[in-house]
Amino acid sequence: MKNITTKNPWVAPVIVRHASSGMNKFGGVRDAQFRDEIAGVSIAELVEKYGSPLFVLSEEHLRQSVRRINRAFTTRYAKVRQAWSYKTNYINAVSAILHQEGCDAEVVSEFEYDKARRLGVPASRIFFNGPYKSRGALTKAVSEGARIHVDHLDELALLEEVAAELGILNFPITIRLNFDTGFAENWGRFGFNLENGQAMEAARRIAASPNLKLTGLHNHIGTFITDPRAYTAQVGIMINFMNNVEAATDCTITTLDIGGGFASRNAMQGVYLPPEQITPTAEQYAEAICGALAIGLKDREQHGKPLPELVLETGRAVVDEAEWLISSVVANKRLPTGQRAMVLDAGVNILFTAFWYNHEVRPARPVEGIPEDTVLYGPLCMNIDVVRQSVSLPPLKTGDLLSFWPVGAYNNTQWMQFIQLRPAVVMVRQNGQVDVVRRAETLDDVEEPERLPADLQPDFS
Amino acid sequence: MKNTLLASKRLALSESGFVFDPVSGQSFSVNESGLVFLRLAQHEDDLDKLTTQLVEQFDASSVEIKRDVQDFINRLQGFLK
Ligand SMILES: Cc1ncc(COP(=O)(O)O)c(C=O)c1O
Repeated sequence: MKNITTKNPWVAPVIVRHASSGMNKFGGVRDAQFRDEIAGVSIAELVEKYGSPLFVLSEEHLRQSVRRINRAFTTRYAKVRQAWSYKTNYINAVSAILHQEGCDAEVVSEFEYDKARRLGVPASRIFFNGPYKSRGALTKAVSEGARIHVDHLDELALLEEVAAELGILNFPITIRLNFDTGFAENWGRFGFNLENGQAMEAARRIAASPNLKLTGLHNHIGTFITDPRAYTAQVGIMINFMNNVEAATDCTITTLDIGGGFASRNAMQGVYLPPEQITPTAEQYAEAICGALAIGLKDREQHGKPLPELVLETGRAVVDEAEWLISSVVANKRLPTGQRAMVLDAGVNILFTAFWYNHEVRPARPVEGIPEDTVLYGPLCMNIDVVRQSVSLPPLKTGDLLSFWPVGAYNNTQWMQFIQLRPAVVMVRQNGQVDVVRRAETLDDVEEPERLPADLQPDFS
Repeated sequence: MKNTLLASKRLALSESGFVFDPVSGQSFSVNESGLVFLRLAQHEDDLDKLTTQLVEQFDASSVEIKRDVQDFINRLQGFLK
């Protein structure tokens, strides 16, 4: 009989073609290493305890991230507020930490408004933004004294009615502007256009109303803006309009809300350079923005006007890098095209950002063998369920764990209960303890709102 | 399958796992087991016998090795066309 121990361990044979284009290297470099822990806690142990797939937040990363942005701006401008953009990630534990760090709330629906209120955020520290606010929502927000960003003329009319009904005079409001910065494409569907005079027209309407008063200007240039000069242009245009609107309607602007849009260290699909090279730092954004404020507001106080407070609605850049998704390999496949494929237990149902990001993907253990180009599929029986079209990965076995990063922005809010239940979200606390901040969904959670008419109960007896 | 095995005989193999195809001019990397397989395939055209030789050398079931070898040959087929 042969002695088993003299045999070599078997690793599946792999052959990869050397690519002719140098660009291929980036994928390899970025994804070559492994990650076996998150904030000091073993990934394998997390999955053993809380299941797979699993979202893992790091309190330390989140706090450091929001503090860094805060520091970058408060060291460059006197009046700065960060308003947490709820839609980016409104898991209570996330919002609560950011409120502890001093953030206000920026909400874009009544649901988000109620969520912030229930968490204890005073209405006066909620910025109520977005294109749809019902009469009921506006009535609540106005009577509670929230800060309202008006999106269109119909809303302006409704708001005036609501304020009048409540007997409120001079209710302070902000209007959302849209304009061309020459950098990012103008999100013209939101707010009042500046170039065609809509914005000034809205300001005049407000000036003519006894119930309302214009005190703020808001603009959001877009998301994942990788050129800080776009913000320099934005701030310059907003200050210019502020001067014009104050002169034309005798109002005083006390708030400039520049929205969100800072990029995180995530790789946009179709962008070749690695995120480390294209993502500006918080300090670079702050320099661009506060530099423009310093120039634009130089003489403002001499003219008897207050320095406006700068409001940031940063979403992605605050939370994206503070969360990972852990997923397990379910199967290895070879496609008819020859490409290697893996089926994972996490798909676009929970990793919504896979539609536009190439996340960093790392095995949870050191793996021997040559990396090979691989397509990663999720568990859904749907053609769209591709979490990664192409990533270089070493050979992996079923049950092996992969981490996806950064996933903190827009996944825990845009995920969908589709085909699968949504998994747990845990948070590694600063003391190393792990807390479940959203337990895994159950069938009961999904069926609770359903009502089955009694006569429709199928009978299989 | 057979054709791919035959075609693989033309590959130039180096110790380090660097593989060169003189027909297409393309180069490849293989891992250790891939290199062992390609070496064996230079002298053996029968897949079953090839697999048996691998089972003797490596610590895995013949089912697992067969499946991985199949996969490897499919991959090879795409490259040696
Ligand atoms: C009005 C507004 N503010 C803030 C944000 C947050 O943007 P980001 O996550 O890019 O910082 C968005 C996102 O689209 C937005 O529409």
